Amino acid sequence: MAQTTEAPVAPPPRADERVGRKSPLARMLARPEAGAIAGAIVIYIFFFIIAPPFRNASSFSSVLYVTSTYGLMATPVALLMIGGEFDLSAGVAVTSSSLCASLFSYEFTTNAWVGVLVALVLSLFIGFINGWIVVKTGIPSFLVTLGTFFMLQGLNIALTQTITNQVSSPDISTLQGFNSARQVFSASWTIGGVNIRTSVVYWIVFVIIATWILLRTHIGNWIFSVGGNPASARAVGVPVGRMKIGLFMAVGFMAWFTGMHTLFLFNTIQSGQGIGNEFVYIIAAVVGGCLLTGGYGSAVGAAIGALIFGMVNQGIVYAGWNPDWFQFFVGALLLGAILLNTYIRRRAEASI
Amino acid sequence: MFRSPRRAAAIVLLMVLPLVLAACSDTGGKKAAEAAAGGGNTVAAGHANTPHYTIAMITHAAPGDTFWDKIRNGATAAAAKDNITLKYSSDPDPTKQAQLIDDAVNSHVNGIAVTDPNPGALCPTIQKAKQAGIPIVMFNAGYSNYQSCGGMEYFGQDEAIAGVAAGKRLAAAGKKNVLCVLQAQGQAQLEARCAGVKEGLGSEGTMSKLYVNGVDNSAVLSSLSAELTRNTKIDAVITLGAQFALIAIQALNQAHSSAKLYTFDTSAEEIAKIKSGAVQWAVDQQPYLQGYESVDGLWLYLTNGNIIGGGQVVLTGPSFVDASNVDAVAKYAAAGNR
Repeated sequence: MAQTTEAPVAPPPRADERVGRKSPLARMLARPEAGAIAGAIVIYIFFFIIAPPFRNASSFSSVLYVTSTYGLMATPVALLMIGGEFDLSAGVAVTSSSLCASLFSYEFTTNAWVGVLVALVLSLFIGFINGWIVVKTGIPSFLVTLGTFFMLQGLNIALTQTITNQVSSPDISTLQGFNSARQVFSASWTIGGVNIRTSVVYWIVFVIIATWILLRTHIGNWIFSVGGNPASARAVGVPVGRMKIGLFMAVGFMAWFTGMHTLFLFNTIQSGQGIGNEFVYIIAAVVGGCLLTGGYGSAVGAAIGALIFGMVNQGIVYAGWNPDWFQFFVGALLLGAILLNTYIRRRAEASI
Repeated sequence: MFRSPRRAAAIVLLMVLPLVLAACSDTGGKKAAEAAAGGGNTVAAGHANTPHYTIAMITHAAPGDTFWDKIRNGATAAAAKDNITLKYSSDPDPTKQAQLIDDAVNSHVNGIAVTDPNPGALCPTIQKAKQAGIPIVMFNAGYSNYQSCGGMEYFGQDEAIAGVAAGKRLAAAGKKNVLCVLQAQGQAQLEARCAGVKEGLGSEGTMSKLYVNGVDNSAVLSSLSAELTRNTKIDAVITLGAQFALIAIQALNQAHSSAKLYTFDTSAEEIAKIKSGAVQWAVDQQPYLQGYESVDGLWLYLTNGNIIGGGQVVLTGPSFVDASNVDAVAKYAAAGNR
């Protein structure tokens, strides 16, 4: 737009635009997460104005908490999407992991930490299986993980029912090791009247690690190349198959971590939990600038995307809007955030 | 990074194995539960020598909803006693539940026990089953028109009556601002409960509703604490399922709210919270009884032509579990039957 109105009177000798210096603003706007940051600021200001309770620090810590439960998973899901794949089983995989830990340690009356480790092995294995089938068969991950999504959903309910004769896991809060595990996975402390849960801290740490991997290591380069163009990535020697399996296992790892947080916060887990959250993770990644086609995106963007989702979810309650319309408002605000995101990205691309 | 995935797997395995072997817990877990229950925890009531029948039980249970465990436990206990093979299936989607009823008719079961949360969608299918000559018992949902749908008996509570009873009790406790927490949108029964609470409160207080995402504990916790922060006048929270009361305890803490907590339906963990005082009382519709009576009612009809209730509904609730009777209920709750 800007270029068309500027009539070049006397075009100066132009340098090659690929190595030319851009203004800091243009460079910032060209980042994948730029649109999401703008969307997050708009939504924050929006709720800051219309919802008085939203202004309190303690309310915002509650926003950050719900954000962290989505953001923990959105981080590896974003990496996976940059690597060109989906994982629709991510939501129920969280529940599988917490059920596994809970049932194992309860049934065998072991220390809670034993269940935690068994669940880690299971979660990594689920990720491995997802990745392995995708890599070996070449079937789109959308279909493969849709299959494992239903399988895990069924396994969660059927195994819980078979083992415990009920559909929720038994209370494990009296097991040895439970308290130390709770301290690790689900502790919270109060600073100046503001309740902060460890999951928020872990979330930020994992986003930093993921960003470092993406931008500062050769594995990060490989992830972008695997998602952008697998054929040429393979041609230059990137282990495409192992990268993809690794990414699915990263999702498995975080599903374990999130599952442990939920288990040790709530003591028992209902076997039908987690369904639908896989879309929240994907939405967070996409709102944060990940392309559905792979090869482009950022971990910070996914974190901002999760924050937008968390703010919308909590903000609507703080605003006290008619609860019947809740889902409608969630959808409308998310769509608005995505539109703003796309608009800013187009502007940024046009101005380069 | 490990050099090879195999070596990584081997190391993980080596790390885990000794832990599994060595790290048993001296407290809690199944060993403690078994010791407390004295081994067996199922209700056994002899075994009938009547002819063998097959009965289908079809409910609208959502996957993983703990409430239905007790219905199923009751049905299983009655089936074992009555020489009956019980085929249990469920789907929260009315069209799929109707399909399950059709499937039961096509497999020529001897009787059908069914819930009817959505008469418009399910009535025609249930009537078809009746026309096929299969005796129908309804329970839990479908109170108002079970007979026109083709049911010969009904076991359950009227959600509106239960809601009114809860509302009246809240009003008697002097509650002015009651928050009714619904774990799903668009479910007639849940709406009926909240509407009943509102009616029961009458002019004594007001009722507001909050919808939460029932399949995500963290989301329930956050939404509820947000609402308690927003509306500090709330002095009573009533949840519509036992597991949500447990989360509400944390939400009340997080929001520094002094509101009291009440709930519909029961579970072992929640009954422990009634004992400790964190939950004031629970509206109990005796789901075990609903499951048990549905199967037993069909058995009596098949073997002796009896109709329980004599053409009237058989109410299983509302009764209340509170500090006065929690000790009596607790030991059955531990076995998953209350």
